[in-house]
Amino acid sequence: METGGAPARSGPADREPPARRVDIRDVSCPLTWARTRVALGQILAGETLEVLLLAGEALDNVPRTAEEEGHSVALREPWPDAGGRAWRVWLVKGAPRPASELLP
Amino acid sequence: MSTTLADKSALVIGAGGLGGPALLTLASAGVGRLVLVEDDSVESSNLNRQPLFGESDLGQRKAAAAARRLARLVPTVNVEALDRRFDEASALELARSVDVLLDGSDNFATKFLASDVAVAAGKPLVHAGVLRFTVQILTILPGRTGCLRCLFEEPPPAGAVPTCAEAGVLGPLAGFAGALMGAEAVRLLSGERGTYAGRLMVYESRGAHARTVPVRVRAGCPACGSLQHQVEAASVEVEVTRPEGQA
Repeated sequence: METGGAPARSGPADREPPARRVDIRDVSCPLTWARTRVALGQILAGETLEVLLLAGEALDNVPRTAEEEGHSVALREPWPDAGGRAWRVWLVKGAPRPASELLP
Repeated sequence: MSTTLADKSALVIGAGGLGGPALLTLASAGVGRLVLVEDDSVESSNLNRQPLFGESDLGQRKAAAAARRLARLVPTVNVEALDRRFDEASALELARSVDVLLDGSDNFATKFLASDVAVAAGKPLVHAGVLRFTVQILTILPGRTGCLRCLFEEPPPAGAVPTCAEAGVLGPLAGFAGALMGAEAVRLLSGERGTYAGRLMVYESRGAHARTVPVRVRAGCPACGSLQHQVEAASVEVEVTRPEGQA
């Protein structure tokens, strides 16, 4: 493990920089989405979450699940500074929509 | 918003000693859709504690046998019997398709997967276990109460804790625990908070001792922990981990 620079701060010109970042490179499904979901719960609708993840299951499923739950994907690009399998995804939080009506 | 149990659904992991009585309770209460996941066959050693099966089911697949039994007892219930293992590939989609999860599995790996997937799907989970003379039950409300990893972080190493098959289970105690699970799920589906939400209840049957332990969200929990552990302001430098073999 080594410490390097942060991912490039550039992104879509019409998009505010991410409010938060979550790194899910060290976990596998379903913790990938569990952590992303917890992180989305900590920002406001319209704000952006930067998700650092690995190609494969996480890249295939996390953006798709986010869209299915009402969020949108603003950016999805490789992050070569962190190795060939690393990607970053920007998720823009949608309107609050509880996953379960049973949770008080 | 649906208002009756007939409009509600539950995913039951395992149809054996815990899942069987839980399924009976849910079906009898009028829960409309039950999804059960089970990948085992009926053996004679199961019959002392698995009420969905009898002698005539020996050798049959449990998923199909359980669905047949439930259909005879409660014809109005819609049972989706999945004859397969509850695994990472399908767990999240299954969890997202129901209102509540019940974990009646008999191994730690599946119990941790059930907890993780409940957090991921944002769905309540009724967890239970039974070993020898002791029952434990806990309801996890993701984001509100602690999950299994808030308690234990990781499953114990293989072989460190005896399995039900190795240590044995008092047959009627499994029925008791499964019925408690079903009743708890019905409470949740009825809009109540749940008796065991954030409270691990451990009941030791020989001495009739019961105790409850509060289970709160733990800041460092790898599944549902708070911001300090998992999420940071995006302006903070991030640690770069290079996969092995890459410069």
